[in-house]
Amino acid sequence: MEIPAGLKYTITHEWARQEGELVRVGVTDHAQNELGDIVYLELPEVGRWLAKDEPFGVIESVKAAADLYMPVGGGIVEVNAAAAEDLDTISASPYEKGWLIAIKPTNPSELDGLMDAAAYEQYLAEA
Amino acid sequence: MPKRTPLYDRHVALGAKMTQFAGWEMPVRYAGIIKEHDAVRQRAGLFDICHMGQIEVRGEHATAVVQRVSTNDVSRLPVGKAQYSVMCREDGGIVDDILTYRLAEDRLMLVVNAANREKDYEWIKQVAAGLRAEGRYGPQAGEAEVADISDQTALLALQGPAAERVLQRLTNDDLSAIGRYWAAEVKLLGALQALASRTGYAGEDGFEVYCSPADVGALWDAILDAGKDDGVVPCGLGARDVLRLEAGLCLYGQDISEETNPLEAGLEWIVKCDSKPDFVGREALCRIKAQGTPQRLVGLHMEGSRIPRHGCMVLAEGERIGLVTSGTYSPSLDCPIALAYVRMPYAREGSVVEVSIGPRHEREPGRVVSKRLLDELNKH
Repeated sequence: MEIPAGLKYTITHEWARQEGELVRVGVTDHAQNELGDIVYLELPEVGRWLAKDEPFGVIESVKAAADLYMPVGGGIVEVNAAAAEDLDTISASPYEKGWLIAIKPTNPSELDGLMDAAAYEQYLAEA
Repeated sequence: MPKRTPLYDRHVALGAKMTQFAGWEMPVRYAGIIKEHDAVRQRAGLFDICHMGQIEVRGEHATAVVQRVSTNDVSRLPVGKAQYSVMCREDGGIVDDILTYRLAEDRLMLVVNAANREKDYEWIKQVAAGLRAEGRYGPQAGEAEVADISDQTALLALQGPAAERVLQRLTNDDLSAIGRYWAAEVKLLGALQALASRTGYAGEDGFEVYCSPADVGALWDAILDAGKDDGVVPCGLGARDVLRLEAGLCLYGQDISEETNPLEAGLEWIVKCDSKPDFVGREALCRIKAQGTPQRLVGLHMEGSRIPRHGCMVLAEGERIGLVTSGTYSPSLDCPIALAYVRMPYAREGSVVEVSIGPRHEREPGRVVSKRLLDELNKH
């Protein structure tokens, strides 16, 4: 199970990566492995403002559906249309090509409250 | 502590994602549900279904016992033939759906769902005891007549258009002589005794193979080896569920249960109200059949992208008219599909409905179709 260092993680299995002013977000390797074959993805429109922990979309596999939650609050400035076109990208490359949205955070310090790689690994072990 | 089939180590070695099902640790998927589904529809897939239960009813009065518990008619079932049926309670509620084999004049085998094995065994023994108490047969008939042989019986399913030719490589016995719903004793790999049954749960041609637990590992390996150039792959419960749903086959605990009767589930063809004078639930079922059922199990062909799940509400003209019992994405139809109980008159093919999906109750459009959703493929 891949858990890259340097990323932040949520209890709902999203990852968040600081990229300058923006925070890029996707689902973790654990999440895509649990889901299996992804058949549906719903992402928000660019320009939408959502609070931390608010659902920003839905990801659905043959076996299950899951809401996607904002790791930090802010405006949606990028949405990965390529991943929406080719859903296999998310399973194949959940941390790189399979990113889902980029947020301009209203309160960047919200990132500090998320789990680091070691804490997320522990979290998965305890589940 | 969940139980493991004799093939557990093989599943792990093949990289299967395991899950708990009916008290067993079973493979959900290996290469992926969609890949495995496609393998079965195009070539063949191999399933470990050792967890299923087998109950043998034998002796002079075996047929009488099975006739009493089963809604279908085994009196004219020839040796070597299998038959789908249900066992019902007095009120017509379904105890389990089963496959009945006549192995000999005085020996029948009932194949039952893993989750219901103990319940079914107790139920059949109870009914047999009731028959005995009624004086229906002599005092020599005892409880030994009903035996749970699940622990002595392993079961594999090889399903798909290539199944026969792959399995044929393992035996000199002519598999083409075994017709649909027939079974025959075969010798595989030279010395391995097995019962090859042309039955299955995938809506494709294929075989279910019964053998001893000691032999099933070698058989699993041999089938995968014999089929590797044909692209035969191991398949898990995830793919099994998609395949059976596309074929309109019920899953006990989801589509049928003690709270549903076989008539509303669309299984009237296995409830022999007219030709069988005596089986548990007959009175209730004949009455229901005469009155008609207010709701029916139908297929839903979805027009959107969200997938209906067990428990989702079905609506028409803003009103609740039904409930989804099973739902998935169908790779064959490339759309979400479902089975749902829908009340009349909406339970007619062509009815336009909506399914309420997810925590925000999003309404997704769909159409009522026959339970056998694969038939939709032939319409386009």
